[in-house]
Amino acid sequence: MADIRTIGVGNPGVKSSSFNSTSFQKKTRSKLLSIPGTRPSVQNGQLLVSTGVTSLDFLLGGGLAVGAVLLIEEDRYDSYSRMILKYFLAEGVVCQHELFLASAQDSPDDILKELPSPIMDDVAIPKPMEQPRLSSDPQDSLEAMKIAWRYQNLPKVQSTLTSSSRFGHYYDVSKTMEAEIQQAAKCHRFYLPDHPNQTAPTHSPMLESYSALLKSLQEVIQKEGFEVSKSRNILRIGLHSLGSSLWGDDLCCCDNPKHAHALTTFLYGLRALLRSSLAVAVVTVPSHLIQNRALMGRIAKLCDTAIALESFKGSEMETNPLYKDYHGLLHVRQVPHLNCLASQFPDHRDLAFKLKRKQFSIERLHLPPDLSETVSRVSRVELPGAASTASVCGLSTSANKHLDF
Amino acid sequence: MFTELNSILNTSPDKITQGELIVISERRCDASFLIHHFLSFYLRARCKVCFLGLVQSFSHYSAVSQRLGVSLVQAKEKGQLVFLEGLQESIAHLIPHEGKAGSDALNFIRDPTRGLQSLFELVRDSCGGPAAALGPEEEWGAPVLLVDDLSVLLSLGVSVGAVLDFSHYCRATVCSQLQGNVVTLVHCEEEEDDADDEGAEQLLRGLTHQCTLTLQVQGLPTGYCRDIHGQMEVCWTRRQPDGQQRLKKLFQYKVYDKGASFFARGTSSAVL
Repeated sequence: MADIRTIGVGNPGVKSSSFNSTSFQKKTRSKLLSIPGTRPSVQNGQLLVSTGVTSLDFLLGGGLAVGAVLLIEEDRYDSYSRMILKYFLAEGVVCQHELFLASAQDSPDDILKELPSPIMDDVAIPKPMEQPRLSSDPQDSLEAMKIAWRYQNLPKVQSTLTSSSRFGHYYDVSKTMEAEIQQAAKCHRFYLPDHPNQTAPTHSPMLESYSALLKSLQEVIQKEGFEVSKSRNILRIGLHSLGSSLWGDDLCCCDNPKHAHALTTFLYGLRALLRSSLAVAVVTVPSHLIQNRALMGRIAKLCDTAIALESFKGSEMETNPLYKDYHGLLHVRQVPHLNCLASQFPDHRDLAFKLKRKQFSIERLHLPPDLSETVSRVSRVELPGAASTASVCGLSTSANKHLDF
Repeated sequence: MFTELNSILNTSPDKITQGELIVISERRCDASFLIHHFLSFYLRARCKVCFLGLVQSFSHYSAVSQRLGVSLVQAKEKGQLVFLEGLQESIAHLIPHEGKAGSDALNFIRDPTRGLQSLFELVRDSCGGPAAALGPEEEWGAPVLLVDDLSVLLSLGVSVGAVLDFSHYCRATVCSQLQGNVVTLVHCEEEEDDADDEGAEQLLRGLTHQCTLTLQVQGLPTGYCRDIHGQMEVCWTRRQPDGQQRLKKLFQYKVYDKGASFFARGTSSAVL
């Protein structure tokens, strides 16, 4: 694990607080590693990056740890998991990280064209309550303000994203990212059909497609200099739909797959590469196609963080009135504890998500209050899924004016 | 080192039992805090430790051990700790380059049918090294082998038989011959009767048959709880002729930042 605990939390106001109420400042060590788009975790000083979805960051304890792998178990039609992958890559573009995108199904260029557009106007709007600070570029010609002279010393509104030091941004899903912004980011692509099978005679359990991917990843990390000692930037790796048949794997097709250990060996190698470099990976796996639950458990164990998405589209839960505000359920399968003894699981395990235009929100699922006048004993609905911790719940859908005597 | 666990197991750094095979089994949860406990415990007891850290990097173990009061870096320098960092060494085998061979111990990654012989040779050389190799002023105690974790070898394609052979060889060398201890971690997925996880269940059954102490860790059967992270069943399989056979005890635990606390069922501090 990249031990970035040399970052002293020099400014205790990392998260908020425009009021400097204390003069306490932790002594910063001399080796400060400050990369845009990252921040140290409050729990153990680990370097975190944003996933692009602020509510997911909060769920994972502040963000995704650098050097770790996030596994997303895809929903049935791969709509929301793909959305999260795009948020992740878009966040990388905005924070000026480098990207690596691998896919067997769609060309990486197509995925990159669909990245959501960042919302620019929630960046650095100066509040009049703030203590006056020096303006960011002193070389600007100071036109003395005659009327609004109280605002003279406040920083100018910055509409470009490059100087944004915010952690986590918001994106507008209805628009795609403008081409100039997207092309400004450096992206390495791995499209499986471009890499024909080189039959190497090995007894390794890993498939050629995964070997080629691992080799390509290592080349990028070494050539672009993402190793811990040398790096000044983060590499964001997005691997789409690993384990599906298009990668040559038969995990999703057979009950007893021949290549049972191909994906697990690849994930082990991915973890090995990531622990020694400043990179983060998001891997999506079509887990609903994998019959062997134990194998899915092994795959999750080899990744650090694991979440599963279950969308309501096309299932009977779509019409369930309890779920009418949401698009699907989100299950947190695993939370890592890197460099510390205990992991911080989120307090609430019944979570549902909703993709709004400007936000992917993850909320705690709770029952609405029962507002009917009668106790609706007749209209009881059995709730499937994670929310059925209470065995049977009553829903006040129709006001059954049953007068029970 | 967790003092409560020491009193449960009736050991202390001054008085360790020898010739033990301890198996930690985790079922759909994470019991690596026990590995950290045993690592810091045996280092404090001045044993010579050979640690096969196959799933995490050295800096992770080092950071956690620092919180438990033991410095892995110093132990490595003094020669008390031999650490095999599985992740780093495996890269050379997973992405073969001409000219760079990588250490032999992990050559099963390239060809899992070969078995774990080279890994065993590493263990044997580091645990059974002659006393003359150590400095004249330091005299370490019994050798201890710690493996974290054994079931990742199954994920890398090694067969169950090969892993059981490896553990048998290690036990014969370290426990019987050198009068040391072996601590391994095995991860299982589903419940016992499920046919899905054949490999790991077989491995666990084989190891439980050979071992002297098992610590079975699993989550609470009623689901996730913030104050009680799970339950641990301690089972002594072999005792002195005067003691009882097969003593079992059940505890619940909670893992903190710098340790873990173990308590009898129903006596969690959140409840009382």
